[in-house]
Amino acid sequence: MYSKEVMDHFANPRNIGIIENADGVGKVGNYVCGDIMWIYIKVRKNENDEDIIDDIRFKTMGCAAAIASSSMATELAKGKTISDALKMTKQNIADSLGGLPAVKLHCSLLATDALVEAIYDYLSKNSLPVPDDVLRKHERIKIDLEKTEKMCLNPKAQENSLKKD
Amino acid sequence: MKRIYMDHAATTPVDERVMKAMNPYLCERYGNASSIHRIGHEAKEALETSRQVIADKINASPDEIIFTSGGTESNNFALKGIAFANRDKGRHIITTRVEHGCVLNSCRWLETQGFKVTYLGVDKNGIVRPDDVSQAITKDTIAVSVIHGNNEVGTVAPIRDIGKICTEKGVYFHTDACQSFTKVPIDVEKDYLDMVTINAHKIYGPKGVGALYIKKGTTIDAWQHGGGHERNLRSGTENIPGIVGFAKSVEIACTDDITYMTKLRDILITRVLSEVLDCTLNGHPAQRLCNNANFSFKGIEGEALLLRLDLHGIACSTASACSSHTLEPSHVLMAMGLGAEDAHSSLRFSVGKENTAEDIEYTIDILKKEVGLLRKMSPVGGINVQ
Ligand SMILES: Cc1ncc(COP(=O)(O)O)c(C=O)c1O
Ligand code: FES
Repeated sequence: MYSKEVMDHFANPRNIGIIENADGVGKVGNYVCGDIMWIYIKVRKNENDEDIIDDIRFKTMGCAAAIASSSMATELAKGKTISDALKMTKQNIADSLGGLPAVKLHCSLLATDALVEAIYDYLSKNSLPVPDDVLRKHERIKIDLEKTEKMCLNPKAQENSLKKD
Repeated sequence: MKRIYMDHAATTPVDERVMKAMNPYLCERYGNASSIHRIGHEAKEALETSRQVIADKINASPDEIIFTSGGTESNNFALKGIAFANRDKGRHIITTRVEHGCVLNSCRWLETQGFKVTYLGVDKNGIVRPDDVSQAITKDTIAVSVIHGNNEVGTVAPIRDIGKICTEKGVYFHTDACQSFTKVPIDVEKDYLDMVTINAHKIYGPKGVGALYIKKGTTIDAWQHGGGHERNLRSGTENIPGIVGFAKSVEIACTDDITYMTKLRDILITRVLSEVLDCTLNGHPAQRLCNNANFSFKGIEGEALLLRLDLHGIACSTASACSSHTLEPSHVLMAMGLGAEDAHSSLRFSVGKENTAEDIEYTIDILKKEVGLLRKMSPVGGINVQ
């Protein structure tokens, strides 16, 4: 049911893990399927004094499509400027993965959401201007994550999930 | 690469003896059982011999066995046939929240046709309480339908107790025995059964063939109309090769196989529970099918684990093969009161008679490795990473 590219990224996911002292962390969840994804970014300036994503890692509890999407999202975002990274869509990820089954398109949305959320975290922590659409997305993502943690995680996992980092 | 099939609850390979029994009925004895000539008669004979074999297995008489195209058709026929034939007596049907999709969706459709359906809950092990059945029966109730061996978690329902209640209260009792047939004894007399759904492809027979036992005197409408086959209850030229194969698969089912599968299942359960941390068994610890082991592995998602095992040649299943199209957690596990997290992290292994102890050994090794790997990838805390 999955493409060759999905199976490749699922079998050998790139950029798994966490970044100590990350500049931004994005945590997202989908309360229907219960999947959760975290993306960590490290930001630096390039020669034009633009913010670029220097390093990026992820942790995902989810289906094969979610794991492959997070892996692909980190590959695509690495080295991009923040403003270019924000332009990435779930369709970009799905296309790079050779397509996703219709029910699994939301898995790639989870990956772009996690990236947006990590960037939001970076911008707001550094008192940088947050674009309106990023702010709007952040509001939605925050509610989704709260719902996911409430509906899909047991209290012990919730506690630990909040404690981490 | 290794190929280890541990998804026998989805379907089984056809046993060679079954294939050999079926073969002559494809190219040589291809007759139509309704034809009057000798070639037709040959087919008719095979049909009736097969019917006898299947009837004997559940202590029924042959004219109480109606052949169908499988479990789905038998369940549709039983529920819709009984509902419409008895709608002047009542409009109420009782079933459970842990049925196979074909029972649940038949019931949901009946609800659109003016019937009322009660979906009974189960306890944490997946057992329906006979008392709940008793209390749910009203003057309006026509029938009760309870799955015998659960296809997801393997729990075996107390059908004898439920059947007794139904008989005392004068309502029909149906059980879906697709998973339990030949694994758990069924005696239609002692178990007070009016209808039983069975099929062939779970017991090393071919796909697309099954039967419905209908007790003599049951008021039921035909659901498939046509030339009047199967005592005018199920029209359509009989699938003779399939039916012969079905009967053969029943004949070769033996207690040695059950003992063997139970042994493999128990090794799998004991070792997984002791060697994989933060893992629980779903379903009843003792009243369960001899081939089913269903676990929840905390902090990981079932589909991901299934596909990681598949990369190593191990075939198993999340919830049931048919629910792979949906995102929602298994309705069976949710009915048993599992949290969504545990329901999403479940995996079903169903062993078969051709599995070996080495297969189980290999599966446990790979399972430990892959569970550890996925947990390292998981952001959910509080879980032991091995
Ligand atoms: C409990 C149960 N009922 C019904 C069915 C449907 O049977 P079939 O595949 O023969 O239509 C299955 C399996 O597929 C089953 O496990
Ligand atoms: S099914 Fe929800 S993220 Fe994949």
